[in-house]
Amino acid sequence: MTGDTLLSVEGLSVAINGKTILDDVSLTLAAGKILALTGESGSGKSMTALAVMGLLPGRARATGAIRLGGTDLLTRTEAQMCDLRGNDIGMIFQEPMTALNPVQTIGDQVAETILIHGAADRQAARIRAAQVLGRVGLPQDRFPLTRYPHELSGGQRQRVVIAMAIALRPKLLIADEPTTALDVTTQAQILDLLQSLVREEGMALLMITHDLAVVSDMADDIAVMQRGKVVETGPTRQLFARMAHPYTRQLFEASGHRVSLPPHPPADRPLLEVQSVSRDYPLPRRLPFMPRQNFRAVNDVSFALMQGDRVGLVGESGCGKSTLTRAILGLEPVQEGRILLDGAPVFAHGHPNLEVRRKMQVVFQDPYGSFNPRHRVGKLITEPFHLLPAQPGASERQDRIAEALTAVGLSPGDADRYIHAFSGGQRQRIAIARALIIRPELIVFDEAVSALDVRVRAQILDLMADLSRQYRLSYLFISHDLSVVRTITDRVLVMRHGRIVEDGPTEQVYTDPQHPYTRQLLDAAPRLPEITPESPHAPA
Amino acid sequence: MLTYLLKRLTSLVISLLVASLVIFLVVEVAPGDPASFMLGLNAQPDTVAALRSELGLDMPKHARYLGWLSGMVSGDFGMSYTYRTPVAQMISDRLWVSLPLALMALALSTLIAFPAGLFAAARRGSAGDMGVMGATQLGVAIPNFWFAMMLVLVFAINLRWFSAGGFPGWEDPLLALKALTLPAIALALPQAAILTRVMRSALLDILGEDFMRTARAKGLSARQAIWRHGLRNALIPVLTIIGLQFSFLLAGAIIIEQVFFLPGLGRLVFQAITQRDLIVVESVVMLLVFAVIVVNFAVDLAYAVVDPRLRSRR
Amino acid sequence: MSLWRSRNLLLGGGLSLLFVALALISFVWTPYDVEKLNIAAKLKAPGGDYLLGTDHFGRDILSMIMVGARTSIAVALVAVGIGMGAGVPLGLTAAARKGGWLDEVIMRGNDLIFAFPSLVIAILITAIAGPGAINAIIAIGIFNIPVFARLTRGAALSLWEREFILAARVCGKSRTRISMEHILPNLMNLLIVQGTIQFSLGILAEAGLSYVGLGAQPPTPSWGRMLAEAQTMVSFAPHLALVPGLAIMLTVLGLNLMGDGLRDLLDPRIRVVRT
Repeated sequence: MTGDTLLSVEGLSVAINGKTILDDVSLTLAAGKILALTGESGSGKSMTALAVMGLLPGRARATGAIRLGGTDLLTRTEAQMCDLRGNDIGMIFQEPMTALNPVQTIGDQVAETILIHGAADRQAARIRAAQVLGRVGLPQDRFPLTRYPHELSGGQRQRVVIAMAIALRPKLLIADEPTTALDVTTQAQILDLLQSLVREEGMALLMITHDLAVVSDMADDIAVMQRGKVVETGPTRQLFARMAHPYTRQLFEASGHRVSLPPHPPADRPLLEVQSVSRDYPLPRRLPFMPRQNFRAVNDVSFALMQGDRVGLVGESGCGKSTLTRAILGLEPVQEGRILLDGAPVFAHGHPNLEVRRKMQVVFQDPYGSFNPRHRVGKLITEPFHLLPAQPGASERQDRIAEALTAVGLSPGDADRYIHAFSGGQRQRIAIARALIIRPELIVFDEAVSALDVRVRAQILDLMADLSRQYRLSYLFISHDLSVVRTITDRVLVMRHGRIVEDGPTEQVYTDPQHPYTRQLLDAAPRLPEITPESPHAPA
Repeated sequence: MLTYLLKRLTSLVISLLVASLVIFLVVEVAPGDPASFMLGLNAQPDTVAALRSELGLDMPKHARYLGWLSGMVSGDFGMSYTYRTPVAQMISDRLWVSLPLALMALALSTLIAFPAGLFAAARRGSAGDMGVMGATQLGVAIPNFWFAMMLVLVFAINLRWFSAGGFPGWEDPLLALKALTLPAIALALPQAAILTRVMRSALLDILGEDFMRTARAKGLSARQAIWRHGLRNALIPVLTIIGLQFSFLLAGAIIIEQVFFLPGLGRLVFQAITQRDLIVVESVVMLLVFAVIVVNFAVDLAYAVVDPRLRSRR
Repeated sequence: MSLWRSRNLLLGGGLSLLFVALALISFVWTPYDVEKLNIAAKLKAPGGDYLLGTDHFGRDILSMIMVGARTSIAVALVAVGIGMGAGVPLGLTAAARKGGWLDEVIMRGNDLIFAFPSLVIAILITAIAGPGAINAIIAIGIFNIPVFARLTRGAALSLWEREFILAARVCGKSRTRISMEHILPNLMNLLIVQGTIQFSLGILAEAGLSYVGLGAQPPTPSWGRMLAEAQTMVSFAPHLALVPGLAIMLTVLGLNLMGDGLRDLLDPRIRVVRT
């Protein structure tokens, strides 16, 4: 299936308002091949894809050449590019939830690609749309053309987007983080679909991803981008074996980063006890005045977290882990069972129990949404003092702010700054400082590293391991990312459809999963190649 | 869809009931004794007593409310005290001026705002966009009744294209429409300015949506993407404003009628206020509120037509 | 922020300030006494002794505009105060109790008030209590309540979803305290911008109400009533209608421009509601 060079990007530079976004980018891609473009956020991956599509923002100026089958796309007029898009080049985007027009049926949207290029009449276009939807795994008997996007799941919507992109069998398919917003099992299916399209339809695929593991076993070639430049490019195996550029190595090591967690201290007493907990949400009434139906988001969950335990909770979106987290934090009441922290209920008599809550803090996912933008760091991280029976005096307050900020690798002087002055990684450190400042017995990490770039993520994980050593932390680490949970926990709970389906020591669960769902999750999770002779931190 | 419809219908009926109760309480309970209020300070006790029994004021309040309500449902709004004619008859005569005026203005403002908003959004930042936005800034600031006076000054007094006021009745529909033209323009332009701004910003919001980028990736030109995917989505916020505007147009119509000496609901209600004819005031107010609530119900239904998510959810 | 970007703020702020200044000056000085009739000088065109001319009773129009500005600004300002004073707490409460019965009651109450345009409220009040500037204040004020309540609730709800609110809840803070400490300060920009817009709408509404006789009564001068009195004379004394109309238009334009300028300055993402 190899062929001549289909796409060649030659010395592409893009500037917006005089600021260089892409700097001398060169890439080649042959028919039937997969080229992965990888790098952290802001490296220019997506901008490269948009340049190929001719969809750069209006103020952007591009120089160099983008040749598709010999013609330079940069010299094409807008009208010529419209003919080309959808016809010769198809594109898939990151967010399947918003990539489709909510008020149009999926059939109309797929057929539109065909109609807009005048490739068929209305009738034939609908027949072709049905075929393509079938091809991407949405057969007509279950997913008729008359469905609307909101009736489909995220993975199904991504299939519709793929169907739109391939309806006219383009020569080049560009996929911009096509699986980043999806769960691991769905991700595996979409990746399979993309690979089979390349294999069977002979398309060339330009795949953009921040996740090295995702492309390591599907890409023929990889190009690593940093700050608008391609720093290293080559055939996949060769690139991983050589890793000539330090940035490539950093990315690789950070992706599979393992922390050295201090040994588990001997457990003496249970800290958090979740006893047969169920949590119902009322569904909207079907008809006015009818009794409400309930949706059981958490179903009869029991587990105990001993003092010093570092427990992971993994599961896909909608499995109930967020609901369970909110119940543990005492933010919402539970309908059945009870949750005890240090022997006392976190939620009693319709009110959260402040005595108990003092012993627990939380770190959230979004480093940008976790702080009131109008307060200074000092005020932000002392908010948990509200839980103390007596407010510390001014000097003690200063001392504890300084101590907490130092513990997370920031300086005491940062207390006087506003949150917008900090990067995402620094904000996550501040969030950890806020959680530490009242020395809680338990910290809940709710997807705390999921929004971070790999290198920052590795640093935060190292910080957590250090703090564990220093403060003998007990924590519950909630995540959808199996590889992270593996390195940062001693024990793991796997959740599905509101129930805990597996509970055991982390290494044991990962090497010898008992429940079929756990096995399915582990199989679906993308893995980095194990061929790294020169790297001392290679995953075992 | 049926669920949605039933829910909206239930809330329509509840809104109407509560609104009618509020109006009843304000008009018939708040002033103390409506009969002596209507007759003024110098009324003879036996005249007051006669009016009390005529209005049924000797009945308990809840019975009066239910009686008033069931009367309205069957089209009986009571008798005007001043004119001794059925209020329903008086209102329906006047409604034939006010309602067409409000509807003409609504149609006009929509017809102006859609293309103007589309034009401005499609050419964002251009001189044309700036021109449209500048014009809307002025349009929003002009009081409609003053604009009406200026129209009279220019087109009726100076140019003599239209008559300065009055209404010839619907015997000759063309003459009637001509008489309503200036009032409708005066009413429509300020609303069109607002609607243009809403239309423009709704479209600009949609232009930033992911699915518009998807549309471009399929090979649609920027213009095609707006037409095929932008407009219908932008309609959702625009509908909300159109619904809200209707109540302003109705209220505005009542004010504009004063400029053009039109025999509409405005004239009726202002006369009734000076004559202390509470029955007429109460009925007109109820009718206006009824219109606003029903139009918003219609907007809710229009949402469901535009947005399939509403049809299946809830 | 360049001068070009802030031109709205400068122009709008300048116009608004001008009318506020006219209103304030009128308390201590006006060119002529607005209550004194001088038939000898009636219907003078602008220019000469009377900068903006005189009306059919010989009263100085500029003086009446200055005193009328007082009425317009006072009515609109108090009405915005009523709307914010009641609407913002209601919106905050509804958002803090999202989905609860309190939320439901507040929002249904809002919908109900929305069904009563301020003209209708003014008609109702006037029918039972007689006309007056107070009616206009109450009518416009009541109408403003659901505007602010809805706006506050909508913006507050999206803040309640943010993680910094969750963090505050984990710290044991009550909903009321979170509303005051975290939600309200983050809504300030929005409320300032919308408040300016409601202020301008209030001036328009006041003019309309006094034009049809439901607002300020003689002898209190008001722009709307000046227009009502000018109506029969518009053919031979157009300045009687032009001047008050332009005064209303310029004030409203100024406030709107100022609102847009404030939005650009404070937070360009703010969406104001205008109907």
